[in-house]
Amino acid sequence: MAEVTGIKEIIKPENLVYKRTGIMTDTVLSYCPGCGHGTAHRILAELIEEEGLQSKAIGVSPVGCSVLLYNFLDIDWQEAAHGRAPAVATAIKRLLPDRFVFTYQGDGDLAAIGTAETIHACNRGENFLIIFINNGIYGMTGGQMAPTTIPGMKSSTSPFGRDVRMMGNPLKMTDIVATLPGTYYVTRQSVHTPANVKKTKRALRKAIQYQFHNKGTCFVEIVSNCPSGWKMTPVESIRWMEENMLPFYPLGDMKVPDEKTGK
Amino acid sequence: MERELRLMKGNEAVAEAAIRAGADGYFGYPITPQSEILEYLMEAKPYETTGMVVLQAESELAAINMVYGGAACGKKVMTTSSSPGISLKQEGITYIAGAELPCLIVNVVRGGPGLGTIQPAQSDYFQAVKGGGHGDYHLIVLAPASVQEMADFVELGFDLAFRYRNPVMILSDGAIGQMMEKVYLNPHRERSKDVPEWATTGKPPTRSRNIITSLDLDPEAQERFNLKLVAKYNEIREKEVRYEEFQCDDADYLLVAYGTSARVCQKSVQLARMEGIRVGLLRPITLFPFPSERISVLADRVKGILSVEMSAGQMVEDVLLAVNGKVTVKHYGRMGGMIPTPEEVVENLRSKIIGG
Amino acid sequence: MTEEIIIAGFGGQGVLSMGKIMAYAGVLQDMEVSWMPSYGPEMRGGTANVIVILSTERISSPIIRRFDTGIILNQQSLDKFEGSIKPGGVLVYDGNGISRHPVRNDISIYRIDATEEAARLNSPKTFNMIILGGFLEIKPVLSVENVVNGLKKSLPERHHRLIPENAKALQRGGEMMREVLRIREQDK
Ligand SMILES: Cc1ncc(C[n+]2csc(CCOP(=O)(O)OP(=O)(O)O)c2C)c(N)n1
Ligand code: SF4
Repeated sequence: MAEVTGIKEIIKPENLVYKRTGIMTDTVLSYCPGCGHGTAHRILAELIEEEGLQSKAIGVSPVGCSVLLYNFLDIDWQEAAHGRAPAVATAIKRLLPDRFVFTYQGDGDLAAIGTAETIHACNRGENFLIIFINNGIYGMTGGQMAPTTIPGMKSSTSPFGRDVRMMGNPLKMTDIVATLPGTYYVTRQSVHTPANVKKTKRALRKAIQYQFHNKGTCFVEIVSNCPSGWKMTPVESIRWMEENMLPFYPLGDMKVPDEKTGK
Repeated sequence: MERELRLMKGNEAVAEAAIRAGADGYFGYPITPQSEILEYLMEAKPYETTGMVVLQAESELAAINMVYGGAACGKKVMTTSSSPGISLKQEGITYIAGAELPCLIVNVVRGGPGLGTIQPAQSDYFQAVKGGGHGDYHLIVLAPASVQEMADFVELGFDLAFRYRNPVMILSDGAIGQMMEKVYLNPHRERSKDVPEWATTGKPPTRSRNIITSLDLDPEAQERFNLKLVAKYNEIREKEVRYEEFQCDDADYLLVAYGTSARVCQKSVQLARMEGIRVGLLRPITLFPFPSERISVLADRVKGILSVEMSAGQMVEDVLLAVNGKVTVKHYGRMGGMIPTPEEVVENLRSKIIGG
Repeated sequence: MTEEIIIAGFGGQGVLSMGKIMAYAGVLQDMEVSWMPSYGPEMRGGTANVIVILSTERISSPIIRRFDTGIILNQQSLDKFEGSIKPGGVLVYDGNGISRHPVRNDISIYRIDATEEAARLNSPKTFNMIILGGFLEIKPVLSVENVVNGLKKSLPERHHRLIPENAKALQRGGEMMREVLRIREQDK
């Protein structure tokens, strides 16, 4: 009995250290166990709550495993055709310039079929945020090669490993957009360890705030895993990511505005 | 010649048949339910054996324009996709039709509109047979109803494409793409070394330059070109109609269905006949050209026709035109990735045609 | 002869591959075959099913809703497909994790505890071959020999070392089913 009363004493608002964010709906996430998408969603949801942006946020979801993202976060959403999210977001932000507008896109969506939309939105300096999940593969369609698949990496359409002479080189979109005058804040992060989750959250918070400066496109890449597409257990996939993806896609900021001048 | 027996998915049969038909190039982009085609080709590595080029493009838009480029060199090239990807290809397809280029396009249809579902449907009939892109043009449209036909129509499709300098579409669906059946594969054909006289391969002194274009700014010349296309389509209508009949000889009622629906309807015919209802099935194999004349002849003999499709009612419009009011024509369809069951078809035949 | 079969269970239980092996065996027996899977994201940890038709005649519809035989590997599939077996048909199911057992009395129902047995034999992945062996004992539409050859055809070369283990599981399934039948005979 004493123990039960003890628990009741502990469960008090002032003792709360961690809670479910109200921005996440009750819908069960449709991701495979260990997939990075879920963590990225969670951070985004927390930030929308913490920054008080529920009524200002308009998200554009992609075609990819996160196609159902609009079911998971309790904000307004538009679902774009494959690769077209930056074009869709361009119009939203131009018509509603005081809103928090963002896209959330996979690497196939953003860096293959949507390359033109991505580059041109960033080059025009559209004032929205792009969140780019790079798992090096097409998750949703069953593990085909993505533009970000690293050399030698196996996928269902590079069954003998990516042969760059035949299939081309991986595309580092984040590096590319960082060189464009239209981008304002460009960074590459990951969510595979608690420390990295914290860093990514910090970066995303900045990106969300910068989004309101209306001084150019904010671009946050999150290097992620795809245990199913990589045909690994979640733990193996994290190790593989650290050993293979991160050396190829090093983490860190690529372009930061000057805090004083805001430029 | 010995044909090799294999057990394969419809999608795999397309890929293997393409290699064996001596295709020169394949350009694709992953999309369910047809990604196995690109996967199979990447695993089979025909570029090491026959020299066939296989490339994963960055989008369907790019893939169809690669097809344009390859076809304009006189090569046997193809692409495959499923509904949303085929919509994206429409711009390229009308340019290909306008430049009179031969190529093969496979649509493993899934339910729409929009992103829709990844389950099988026949809702792209209008898009396939009535145009799809802008301008006055037609594709030759073949509708396989088995894995065997998935393989056979690759070779047939290429032959028709080159005979008429016209894009050919295989209009399949997720069920036929994903299912496995026995398939007898033709022996390997050498990749052709013939160069069509219109192909852009570099101008030798012996001929004038070749230009592949779909542009003509002079309206009179453009109309002459349109009339040439019309004449070509009429020739195709005359010579290339293909269909299969199933117990139509003594039929009081007729089912018209293609592809997966036709397979379902075969069983419906058996079920209905067990109940003493004399039903036959006409299965269009070419959707353009459509077997209108045959349907018109059968319409003189039957009391009613049910068009069965996995759509809201698209082919039924062509059946109605063919029948021209002679007997009742009704539509029965399932949508959104649902497939009609043989029993449902019989029920609808009873309620919409026999009772109605 | 036409045998229309539904195999259903969780994705990852080898539902589709069991069907594939049967289809290959059918081809080896000169039959017409069709193998129509459920496909798509639902397979990720969700349910998977496949319709296999074996016939001595041309197969009309590969998509059907009523089956001669159901081979059922989990509760969800049992709930979904028990009603789809034709009267007089056969239902074979794995008892593992089943709390609502089948109740129809116009079909023949056989339970085989294949998961348990496979675990006991230390080769958990072969449980579907135990079930298949059991089914073939009741309805010998395919010979065990052809099923083993079908296995060779459907498994990639690098997995061929697993064939003896699977062949043993097939045999074991047959034995278990004979035992089930013997006990039933006794009870009569
Ligand atoms: C026009 C078009 N082409 C192809 C597809 C099929 N498709 C769906 S998701 C996808 C790629 C997904 O990969 P990615 O963007 O990397 O996201 P992930 O699933 O890995 O999160 C493709 C090719 C489609 N829906 N529409
Ligand atoms: S397929 Fe890959 S990206 Fe998609 S949910 Fe599964 S693990 Fe995540």
